[in-house]
Amino acid sequence: MSFEEMEVSKNRFHGLWALTNRDLKKWYQNPIVLVIGIIQPVLWLALLGKAMNISAMFTSTSLPPLPTLSPPLTPSQALTLGQYFSGMQSSIMTSTFNTSSYFSFMAMGMVAFVTVFTTAFVGMSVVWDRRLGFMNKVLSTPVSRSVIITSKVISASIRSVFQAAIVTVIAYLLGLQLGENFNFFSIFGVFAMVFLIAFGLSSMFTAITLRTTRMETPQAIFNLVTLPLMFASSAYFPIKMMPQWLQAIALVNPISYTIDAVRRLMIFSDGYGPLPYDFLYVGSFAAIVTVICVVLSWRYLNK
Amino acid sequence: MSETQEVIKVEGLTKTFNHSLTAVDHINFSVKQGEIFGFLGPNGAGKTTTINMLITVMKPTAGKATILGGDIAKRSMDVRSAIGVVPQEYTADEDLTGYENILLCADLYGIPRSISRKRAMDLLELVELTGFKDKRVQTYSGGMRRRLELACGLINRPKVLFLDEPTLGLDVQTRAATWNYVKMLKKEFGMTLFLTTHYLEEADALCDRIAIIDHGKIIVTGSPNDLKDSLGGDIITLAIQKDEDITELIKKVVHVKEVKKENGSYMIKSSNGELTAPLIIEALRKNNHVVTKLSLTKPTLNEVYLQYTGRSMRDAEESREAIMQQRVAFRRARQ
Repeated sequence: MSFEEMEVSKNRFHGLWALTNRDLKKWYQNPIVLVIGIIQPVLWLALLGKAMNISAMFTSTSLPPLPTLSPPLTPSQALTLGQYFSGMQSSIMTSTFNTSSYFSFMAMGMVAFVTVFTTAFVGMSVVWDRRLGFMNKVLSTPVSRSVIITSKVISASIRSVFQAAIVTVIAYLLGLQLGENFNFFSIFGVFAMVFLIAFGLSSMFTAITLRTTRMETPQAIFNLVTLPLMFASSAYFPIKMMPQWLQAIALVNPISYTIDAVRRLMIFSDGYGPLPYDFLYVGSFAAIVTVICVVLSWRYLNK
Repeated sequence: MSETQEVIKVEGLTKTFNHSLTAVDHINFSVKQGEIFGFLGPNGAGKTTTINMLITVMKPTAGKATILGGDIAKRSMDVRSAIGVVPQEYTADEDLTGYENILLCADLYGIPRSISRKRAMDLLELVELTGFKDKRVQTYSGGMRRRLELACGLINRPKVLFLDEPTLGLDVQTRAATWNYVKMLKKEFGMTLFLTTHYLEEADALCDRIAIIDHGKIIVTGSPNDLKDSLGGDIITLAIQKDEDITELIKKVVHVKEVKKENGSYMIKSSNGELTAPLIIEALRKNNHVVTKLSLTKPTLNEVYLQYTGRSMRDAEESREAIMQQRVAFRRARQ
């Protein structure tokens, strides 16, 4: 009797799809989780996106009535001034947000937002697997440790892309203004971008929870990390309007680059400009974090 | 290596947690091809730690162990492919069906679907879960879950099967059924089985050889019968009508090893109680003695355990059951 006679898989990545599919099945076979996952971004878009009607602040009705001037304006002066104020809204919006619709601006930020939320749950899933013993069983089978965590990362990334697609569709139904940059292939660009950032983020959340068996740990980290990740980015407001110190944080935050790329593909009209740089930055982030997570899994993913 | 008789060979295996708590302390043993080897010991003795090291999910602090000739540390992937594991907890995914769970296990061993589908059906048949194969594991009873775990552990046709407390928390009938499965695996497939248990009767009924482990050390190894015999055999207690010393008379009977007089009755140690008792009665009758009372006690593993560790195992057992009950309650509450 020897190992050579045994039916040992020669494929180093065997089990990857089986484990990924297991996680996905828990998601798509559970209608409640699926529906809540869809409702959540709808609520954010409809409530926050529509409630923060920033462009309404810049209409002439939000200004006090013009004091009577003496001598009165000449008809041509009044016309010029009238034109100036009627164009104020769109020019302020465009110079601040690079689009005249704040809803569109924020809706694209929401794409990144749902990704952060979806990937954060991967940490919980690792802890559950540990607590319920499933992880122990997987560890005793000839599946490579890196495959175990990569499956978590891939399933979270696939879910993120799905959620991002739903957010985009709903945003469109609620009045997303597509920019001149948009064309059919932009959609795939958005998916690729979301997949990359989701890969990076879920690797990060997985790495944090590799050793823990306590449910509180990923929850605490999740609360600690998501808020700065979202607000120290361009999700709600452009970086150039932030104070210096916050700009410094926002400029290293990969979420900023994700959002910039998604906006550039969908709602901006001033060309693709830094798009390759966005992809390079987020791609490098994903690659580095994933490598760190895999290396940590060799060392720490055991009982 | 192909002629290896010793399927598992352990030399000086040690596991220390946080540089202070030694859970397993330089243990040595070997398991032969085709035998059922049992690790018997109370809660916290180091049984599960040992199994975790052998199934390569925990790294030993010191020492060496080989399974089928492969070092557990150096050839862990090969070892994992060759062994099957039935863990102490229920590890099946509750959201999947029994059939899906077995197929998932097969995928983890890299078994192609063309083979695993048939094999999964055969295993479900074997553990009598065919009728429930498309039901979610959530709906399974404790015994069904155990059987599913067993089926999952067998999916890669392991040469060695590790069972960690296979009957913990099961009712008497399910426990007996599990014993039958284990015996059948040995008989039909010639499988080598390594199991841990804290049930003395389980070790006695199932195992060809056992090792008693306490505080991380192996105290004694041997077959249950040899261990029981090592205590000096069966004990015959008898009393006679007349108040007369018959010690010398009894000592002359064959198989009798030792005679002690206590409170008017005689304690007789014998290597074969059933045979000796009638002979003693016969010998006494010839000398006109009337036997008024006679009982025969076979030594159990509990006496063996008591003899070697200096304490009874029952105490530890009680608390273990309590912990298991809590665990089950937690599991229920979660659903």
